[in-house]
Amino acid sequence: MTAPFVAPLLQMLLAQTRCEILMRWRVPAFSVTNLALPIVFFVFFGLPVAHLTRGDGVSLGAYLLASFGAYAVGNVMVYGFGIGVANERGMKVDRLMRASPLPPLVFMLAKVLTALVFSLVALSLLIGFGIVVGGVHQPAAVWVTVIARLLAGSLPFIGLGFWIGYWSGPNAAPAVANLIYLPLSFASGLFVPLNQLPDFVRAIAPYLPSYHYAQLAWSALGAGKEPLRESLLWLAGYSALFLTLAVRAYRREERAKFA
Amino acid sequence: MTPVVELIAARKRFGDVEAVRGVDLTIAEGEMVALLGPNGAGKTTSIGLMLGLRRPTDGQARLFGHDPADRRARSRCGVMLQESGTTGVLTVRELVDLFRAYYPSPLPSERAIALAGLEAKAGARAWTLSGGERQRLYFALAVCGDPEALFLDEPTVGMDVETRRAVLESIRALSAGGKTIVLTTHYLEEADQLARRIIVIDHGVVIADATPREIKARIPSKRVSFSAGAPLSDAIFQGLAVQSLEVAGLRVRLLSHEPERVLKTLFERGVTVEDLEVTGADLEEAFLSLTARR
Repeated sequence: MTAPFVAPLLQMLLAQTRCEILMRWRVPAFSVTNLALPIVFFVFFGLPVAHLTRGDGVSLGAYLLASFGAYAVGNVMVYGFGIGVANERGMKVDRLMRASPLPPLVFMLAKVLTALVFSLVALSLLIGFGIVVGGVHQPAAVWVTVIARLLAGSLPFIGLGFWIGYWSGPNAAPAVANLIYLPLSFASGLFVPLNQLPDFVRAIAPYLPSYHYAQLAWSALGAGKEPLRESLLWLAGYSALFLTLAVRAYRREERAKFA
Repeated sequence: MTPVVELIAARKRFGDVEAVRGVDLTIAEGEMVALLGPNGAGKTTSIGLMLGLRRPTDGQARLFGHDPADRRARSRCGVMLQESGTTGVLTVRELVDLFRAYYPSPLPSERAIALAGLEAKAGARAWTLSGGERQRLYFALAVCGDPEALFLDEPTVGMDVETRRAVLESIRALSAGGKTIVLTTHYLEEADQLARRIIVIDHGVVIADATPREIKARIPSKRVSFSAGAPLSDAIFQGLAVQSLEVAGLRVRLLSHEPERVLKTLFERGVTVEDLEVTGADLEEAFLSLTARR
């Protein structure tokens, strides 16, 4: 036989990613919540105050765009992986995939790439909306830094999403994702700045992953509350925790289904 | 030459249930094999072991000489499983193209879609397909990589007569083209039409491994029932080729693979037969009789 024995992994990855993107785009539960929801929140919480300047001299509009940007990327990750994976388990897509030559790691990597693409689109739409409709202005380099940092720092939420996806069933996943992610975002000051939140929330915020995640974006504007290295350490710790939980839930499922 | 499939003293236990209880079998390149058995016999678990979807509790499974989970082995197999799903928002062609990308030298999409008879539905999203069409989509996904071996678990379930015939025709053509084909079915007729070798599995063990002709001779294929004109003594049935016999008052029910001879003998012995019915035996019943004799 002269033909190659296996298909190139890159070919598999590209085809898989293309289909994942089509799938997400065609399911409004993903595409609308991923792309439109952050803008809707910004309209309510951000637009009315977008022209104001914070005490530290940073534009409040830019600060809130960074906050909702952090919310948007976490949203793509937690809901995309959480509900997406749980649904596929419910539909038993995993059985056929499992029997195919597609390596499970390529399958997951395609999901990660897809989520990064959606995050990039969500951030671009949100920031574009803020600039055009909200009249928020920052140098282009600042926006690029905000976007790059939010994409690069999203690993803890990928872990959290995978964990929810493998740990909860298809019916429970949306509820679990909401119950975890919405309070997490709120308590980290992503919707309403922390100084307007109750004391006990301000006390717990510095222990939450989304708080440190948002610092990546806030500090790009000059409104950070901690050195970049400290944010990254917290995020690395949370990544390790959530990915460990995700791998454990995945292995448990593997044993039950494919052992 | 390396066999396509090897199960060596394979056992699979799920909790308290032992679904496969020591199966030895080898399937060579180019064979067309049907795994036949009633529901719950262990057919699906056996296929799962062959494909590495399940790990044997004991014994060994090899696929093309590799661990069945090895990508080199998987890349030579196309698979159609029961109880598997696919993403409904993608179209038939998109899914076929996706699965083609998993294989080193796939068929053209149009060819795979045509083999499954889905030309008219190529642009339709998977969730809009009927049950039978969805089975054909899975068939297209199994063949689109142009693999050397096809594993088809109950391929014709839910298909109407017409599409079932078309898919069986495609399977036959693929076999004639040199593909190794392993399929499970609980229709003796289907196994008989397609396979040159039938492996009968029941209660997790191989109870027969032979040509369709040999198997048919051993499995009672017809159910005969009638009402006798007068009460019958056991002696009446002496020496008849009958696998299972129930007499309730005047009503008689029996299984046989030679119903004509049985009836002829009964007539000769002076039995009056009313309300005669001869039907294809339910395979589950037939297996009961086959296993009961063991």
